[in-house]
Formats: sequence, structure tokens, C-alpha cells
Amino acid sequence: MSVPERPSPAALRLDAPAFARLPRDEQGPVFAEPWQAQAFALAVRLAAEGCFTWTQWAHALAEQLHAAKGRGEPDDGTHYYEHWLATLEALVAAKGLCDPRALRERKEAWADAYRSTPHGEPVALAAEGKR
Amino acid sequence: MPSDPALRVKALESLLVEKGLVDPAALDAIIDAYEHKIGPRNGAKVVARAWTDEAFKQRLLQDASAAIGEMGFLGRQGEHMVVVENTEQVHNLVVCTLCSCYPWPVLGLPPVWYKSDAYRSRAVIDPRGVLREFGLELDAAVEVRVWDSTAEIRYLVLPQRPAGTEHLSADELADLVTRDAMIGVQRLAAPGGRS
Repeated sequence: MSVPERPSPAALRLDAPAFARLPRDEQGPVFAEPWQAQAFALAVRLAAEGCFTWTQWAHALAEQLHAAKGRGEPDDGTHYYEHWLATLEALVAAKGLCDPRALRERKEAWADAYRSTPHGEPVALAAEGKR
Repeated sequence: MPSDPALRVKALESLLVEKGLVDPAALDAIIDAYEHKIGPRNGAKVVARAWTDEAFKQRLLQDASAAIGEMGFLGRQGEHMVVVENTEQVHNLVVCTLCSCYPWPVLGLPPVWYKSDAYRSRAVIDPRGVLREFGLELDAAVEVRVWDSTAEIRYLVLPQRPAGTEHLSADELADLVTRDAMIGVQRLAAPGGRS
């Protein structure tokens, strides 16, 4: 590998580092929103329960990242948990744990519940018969 | 109205809980652990002990999983830990080119840039260029070794102990150790000085 010339300190300052433009978190938690933490915990828990191995998880996640790159989506790490969530949905479907249709219906049921719940009250799903 | 991903997670969680596949309390415990207990401080303690306890350092370099386990920082995914030591001649850099495999028990969750395609793809091709963007200019004589983490093997860099820290205790030394140094994108500076 060729060794690049050492830039002068002035050049280093002018050339804004590419990584510095990314949200550089300090040491500590890196969840931007609560759903990311929930999705993270679900994967860890399902693996701990033996629903899939961590190797299967890593490969499934790599597939999602690769597919996103193929679609030309920007991959700067900020959409990481969206890929994580898509991996979770794909893996629970592949393992027969959750039917994709049931997931879609449940998501709509939660959306309905949020729409119909007065502000300030806890959101709960409607009774089974009403869904 | 929550965001689309928030609703999808809620759908997944409520269905999986109903099926008895996950326990909500267990999910809360995991989130709490990663937000408050598991993080780079665990790794910093491992590094500081290696700097002050030669026998531990040798165990760490020979069988990192066992040595880190001694300190109570055990992995959940059954991954094998490998510790690589930085010296005057060798600088180690860790990446996961596949996805974002990372030694959670000792470093917590990975920073955003670690998960970026730019870092994952360039760390192997142009490690010196990547390190320069982190502000680390390595002498041409220093060999750069790049380690690709997987689901089975996770790497941790043992940084060089900064000069002028001979009088510090292990606890004080641990405060000097950063997450970035344990990934290998930073060299540690002596307290009050610069690297």
C-alpha cells in the first residue's frame, strides 16, 4: 500500500474530516429514539431465547445493508436501526415466529389506537373483536 | 402519532409478547443495561488492568474471552474475544466490513460512524487515510493491521499506555482510555498533554 504524503497542519484543519460531519456521539448510549432501543432489545432477547443464532442475525443484517446499498440509499450509519428493524421483521417471518400480514395488521391497529385515544390517556389496542 | 418504525416495533413487540416469545421485563432490562451499565468504561477497566498487571495482560492476549470474563464482562452472543496490542511498531484498527459486529460487553453499542458504509468499506482499503480523518497521522514505519470483526470473533485494541502515567493508579488510568482508542482510531494522550 502506498503511503500518502503527510499533510501540513494547515491542510488538516482546512480539510474537514469526512467522519467529523457524521453525528459523532461521545462515549455512551447511541439510541436516537426509543424505538431503536426497543428493536435492539427485541433482537438480543430473541437470540437469547434461541429463536435464531447471532451468526444468522449478522448475516441477515448484512443482507439488509447490502440491499440498501444496492438501492442507492445513503449508508452513513444514521439509518442503521431502520435496517436493524427490517432484519428483525424478515427474520421473525423466516423463522415462522410472526406472519408478515399479522404484523401489518397489528401496526394499523396501533395507528388506529393512537388516532382514537384522547391526548394524555394511555394508548391501548381495541378489544380483539373490534380489530 | 408515532413514526412508521415506532409503530412497526410496537407491532412486533406486542405480537411476540402475546406469543410468549419475549418478556417485556427482559426487554426493559436489556435497554437499561446498555443505557446505564454496559459501555466503554468496561473496556477501559480491562485496558487499565492490562497496563498495571503483567500476568493479566498475558492472559488477556492469550485468551481474551476468559480474561475479560474474569472481570465479569461476559458476552451475550457467545462471541469469542480477541485483544490485539498496539506497540511502537504496530497499530491495530478494528472494523466489521459485513455489518457492525462489535464487542458490546466491553464497549457498549457502536458509534454511528462505525456502522457507516464509508468506514466499513474504507478501513480495509485505506486504513491510513481513514485514520488521518480521525486526526491520527501514523509514521510510515508503523505497520497498520486491520481486523475484521464477525459474529463469532470480536476484536478489541489494547492501546499503548501514554508516557508519563507511571504514577497513576488503575482507576486513574481507566479514565484516560477512550472508546475510539479501543477501536484503534485514536492514540491516547498523556493527561494534560497531547499524543
